Order: sequence, then structure tokens, then C-alpha cells
Amino acid sequence: MDPVSILLGGFASGMVLFIVSVGLSVTMGLMGFVNLAHGGFAMLGGYVIVLAMKHWGFSFLPALALAFVAVALFSMVLERLLYARLYRATELDQVLFTIGLVFVMTAAVTLGVGPETQVVQLPDWLRGQTDLGFIKYRTYSLALIAAGTALMIALWLGFERTRFGARIRAAVDNRRMAQSLGVDVGRLFAVTFAIGSGLAAVGGGLGAEILGLDPNYPLRYLVYFLIVVAVGGLGRVSGVFFAALLIGVLDFVLKIYFPKGGTIFIYVLTLVLLLWRPQGLFGRKGA
Amino acid sequence: MSVQLTAAQSLALRHRFKWWELLPWIAGVAVFFVFPNYLSFATQVLITILFALSLDLVLGYAGIVTLGHAAFFGAGAYTVGMLAMHWGWNEPISGLVAAALVAAAIGFASGLVLLRTHGLTLLMLTLCTMTLLEQAANMGAAWTGGFDGMPGLSFAKILGVFGFDALYFRSQYLYVLAVLFLCFVIVRMLVYSSFGQSLTGIRENLLRMHAVGAPVRARQVLAYTVSAALAGVAGALFTQANGYVNLAVLGLERSAGVLIVLILGGYGRLYGAFVGAIAYMVLEHTLAKAYPTAWQLGLGLTLVAVALFARNGIIGIVDALRRRFAGSAR
Repeated sequence: MDPVSILLGGFASGMVLFIVSVGLSVTMGLMGFVNLAHGGFAMLGGYVIVLAMKHWGFSFLPALALAFVAVALFSMVLERLLYARLYRATELDQVLFTIGLVFVMTAAVTLGVGPETQVVQLPDWLRGQTDLGFIKYRTYSLALIAAGTALMIALWLGFERTRFGARIRAAVDNRRMAQSLGVDVGRLFAVTFAIGSGLAAVGGGLGAEILGLDPNYPLRYLVYFLIVVAVGGLGRVSGVFFAALLIGVLDFVLKIYFPKGGTIFIYVLTLVLLLWRPQGLFGRKGA
Repeated sequence: MSVQLTAAQSLALRHRFKWWELLPWIAGVAVFFVFPNYLSFATQVLITILFALSLDLVLGYAGIVTLGHAAFFGAGAYTVGMLAMHWGWNEPISGLVAAALVAAAIGFASGLVLLRTHGLTLLMLTLCTMTLLEQAANMGAAWTGGFDGMPGLSFAKILGVFGFDALYFRSQYLYVLAVLFLCFVIVRMLVYSSFGQSLTGIRENLLRMHAVGAPVRARQVLAYTVSAALAGVAGALFTQANGYVNLAVLGLERSAGVLIVLILGGYGRLYGAFVGAIAYMVLEHTLAKAYPTAWQLGLGLTLVAVALFARNGIIGIVDALRRRFAGSAR
């Protein structure tokens, strides 16, 4: 394969990682909550999309929107009812609680839909190849790259140019200080949690083509999402973006050239990187 | 008895063996005679108890939250398997020692670097270390058997007398019970020693332990190393008792599983590992085969409930009930 195709393929899977993980990074940065169930929201989103398209007559884009809204609302309910009780709890309790949640989601999906792998039907305009002038490439991968970049720009603007974004940045950097200046971090968290879970849901649907979609999805990709967040640095949108692209490209290249166990390199890299910079590649010290 | 005790006296009092501490071991021996047909399953329970006990030392006493403890279980399991497979070294007890040494070496080396971090970074690093070993075991197929692992391993007689029997697990059961007892005595001594007290101090207040001049890092690394060695012994017992080893000994599921066992039982209290392993494995044994999905659902709901309402596990609930009962009787 030529380098441009490899780069494009890697970018496409990197974008999926970005869309799924960005919410996790911001919520972890805000509250320090170790949420291992984040991948579960991505999976639920994927299933909403599949069911909406198969049984309820939705087309692709409305199904994506439905997944975003449904999962965001659902996560908000969970956040208010359950997560909120554990903000002050130890990491251990948070780990336990969210692993339990993953089991419940996996079992619920298995019971409700079935254990088999689901396929998200792409609309015609996203299939086939597109001629970019210098190269012909899969339309869907290009669309993923475009969507991911657009989301990155939108989030960046939201973070850097709005009052809401400024509050989040302040709270990530120093929660106590932000609170004493009158920022309602709890509400901030609830809103970002919902948006982040909604984005994960969209990512789960968009990424089904690349990552697959079955009840074991949340556990299988847990390590990947966590690596992206840890490498990118907590609460840094641009950090997550670059980390996701990096991991996406690396993973893609390694799978082509070292199909057997090439991913070991990613774990080594993560280990070395986190030892060198525990706050992540793009994180700020002490944040 | 309102006698003022010195700190040393109260420690010694806590250290003293209580009569009920004999009960688990009497029960352990009794199982051998009462349930001769369930010894294979009972052996797995004992191995899980030892594994959970090793985790209790780092998690419950030193307060190190790890998601990668299966790394050491797997290291021990693969050490014994590879020794038997490639060098014909199938003497079981020296195998245990070798497994403990290898696991301890990995624990020491990784603890030295990893324990400088904490929180999410530490979780990630322990997770990555374990996944790294898992991938290595998967890739080095010539040595480890890759994805299929090493089936059909056979081991020499224990002490040259008791042969492993693959059908009834009689010698395996007693062997594992004896090893568990030894390891338990070691852990119990450690936990009640001044070393154990300083670990508890580190868990409860890291800053203050630094301030009083305790060698925090060295103690954490030591606890991590001892715990790794014990987990390695548990892994080695797994390979020896079952006669095979595969990638499942190294996965996230095993790490998460032992964490769940320990939390269910109650961490930081020695006997949590026993209660948790028995409760979890008996339930799993009876429910998981018949209703795998419902089992997962129930397990998930239980975890959520434990995290929200019963942070001290089953033993914690029993303690609370006992206290309430004692309170109303007075």
C-alpha cells in the first residue's frame, strides 16, 4: 500500500477513536472519575442506530442523531441517579461500579438483541470510492475524516470561544478554585457527561464498520479508549485528537506490516510515554 | 476490663490467633472427605483464594489500585508450564519456587517504575504491563504455545509420593490447601507486623507517612513484590493442578475477576479473599453454565450495588449486622 492510503486509513480509525474517547477525556479531567463504562455508551449508540435503521425505518443520518439524543439522555439519568453518588468515592469503588455497569449493558444487549455481530447499513452515497484527484479512496473513510475534523473544530471553538468552554477549562485545571469562583462543577459535569456519552454513541455507530459491533465491544476496546485518553492528557480536546490520530495510524500500520501481535508496540509506547509524562503527551503538569 | 493498653500490647492482642481462625482450615479438610466428587472445583476455589489474598496485600493493605494483577498469576502459570514443557523440569515444589521468583522479579521491576505514579496513570500502567505480557505470550508461540497455550502437561509426584490424579483431584486438593495455608500464614504475619502497619499507614495517609519519614516507596515496592510472588504461586498451582496453561490466565477478565472476588468478600481484612472466592465461584459454578447472560447481568448489578451501598463486601455486611445486634442487646 502507498503511504497516502495508509495515512488515510489510519486517520479514519483515529477519528473513530477520537469521537468515542473525547467525552471520556473531558469527564475524567473534570471529576477525576474513572469511567470504564464509557465504551458501553458507544456500544449502546451503535445498537440504537442498527435497530432504528432496521426496524423503525430511520435512514442513516437521522439514526445517528437519534443515537446521540437517546444515549445522552440515558447517560444523564444514570449520572444523576448513580454516578453522582460516587464522585467522592475511591477509585476502587468507581472502577467496580463502572465494570459492573459494563456487565449489565453487555448482558442487557445480549438478552435484548442477541449475541451476534451487528452490521450498520451505510447509505449509497457513503459507499464506493471517491476520486480526490491524486488518489482514489473509500468514500466512507474520507467521510469519517471529514466528520472527525469538523467535530474537532466545533469542540475547539466550543472550548476556547464560549463561556461554557471556559468554565470547563477552569474546572479541569483547578476544580476547587473554579468552584469557589462560583462555577457549578456538578452541573457542568452532568452536561459534559451527557454530551460526551452522546458523542461516544455516534462514534460507536460510525465506527461499527471498523471496530465491529457486538455485546463484548465495551470490554474489548476499553484499553484502547483509555490509552487514547491517557496519552492525550485528561481534559484536553486537542490532546485527545492528536493521540487518537497517532494511535489510529500506528494501529493501522502495525496491523498491515505485523499482523501477528504488532499491537504490542502500542502498549510498549504507552508504557514508556506514561512513565516519561504521567500527565500524558499533551496534558499540563499537575492538572 | 478497662485496662489501658500500650500500642504494642494492643497490636499483640490483635495478632493473637483466635479460635475461629481454625474453622476455615477444618472446613477445608472436611471438604476433602465430604465432597470427594467436587474436589476439582474446590481446588479452583482454593487457587482463587490464594490469588485474591495476594491482591489483598497490595489493594487492601497498601492501597495500590491495580487492574493488572493477572500479569503475575500468568507469569507463574507460564513459568511452570514452560519449565515442564521445554526442560522437563516437572518437580512441583521447586516449580512453585521458580514461579514465585519469576513473578517476584517482574513485580519488583515493574513496581520500581510503576509505583511512582498513582490514580488513573497507575491503573493504565498496570493494565498495559499485563496486556504486554499477554501479547508476548501470544506472539512467542514457539515457547508459550501462542493462542492455544500448552495443553497436556504432566508433573512429577508431590514430594515423590503423591501423584496428580486428573480425574478426582485428590492430591491436587490437599497440595493446594497446604500451599494456601503456608501462604496465608506468611501474609498474616506480614500484615500484623510493623511492616504491615506501615502499609496501612500509607494507604490511609500518604502525606503523613512521608512526613514521619517512612520509606514509602520502598515499602510499596516490597509489598508489590511479595504480592506478585504469591500471585505467581497461585498461577503455578493453576498450571500444575489442571495440567494446562493458556492465554486466559493473563487477560483483563482474570484481573477484573479477582478484583471482584476480593471486593465482594471485603478487602483489607484477610478473610475477605476466602469469603469472596467461595461466594463468587459457587454462584458462578451453579448459575453461569445454565444462564450465562443472566449470570453476567446479576454479577453486574451486584457490583453496582456493592460499590454504591456495601463498600466493605460480605464481611462488612456481617460486621455491620453483628454490631447492630450487639448494640441492641446491650
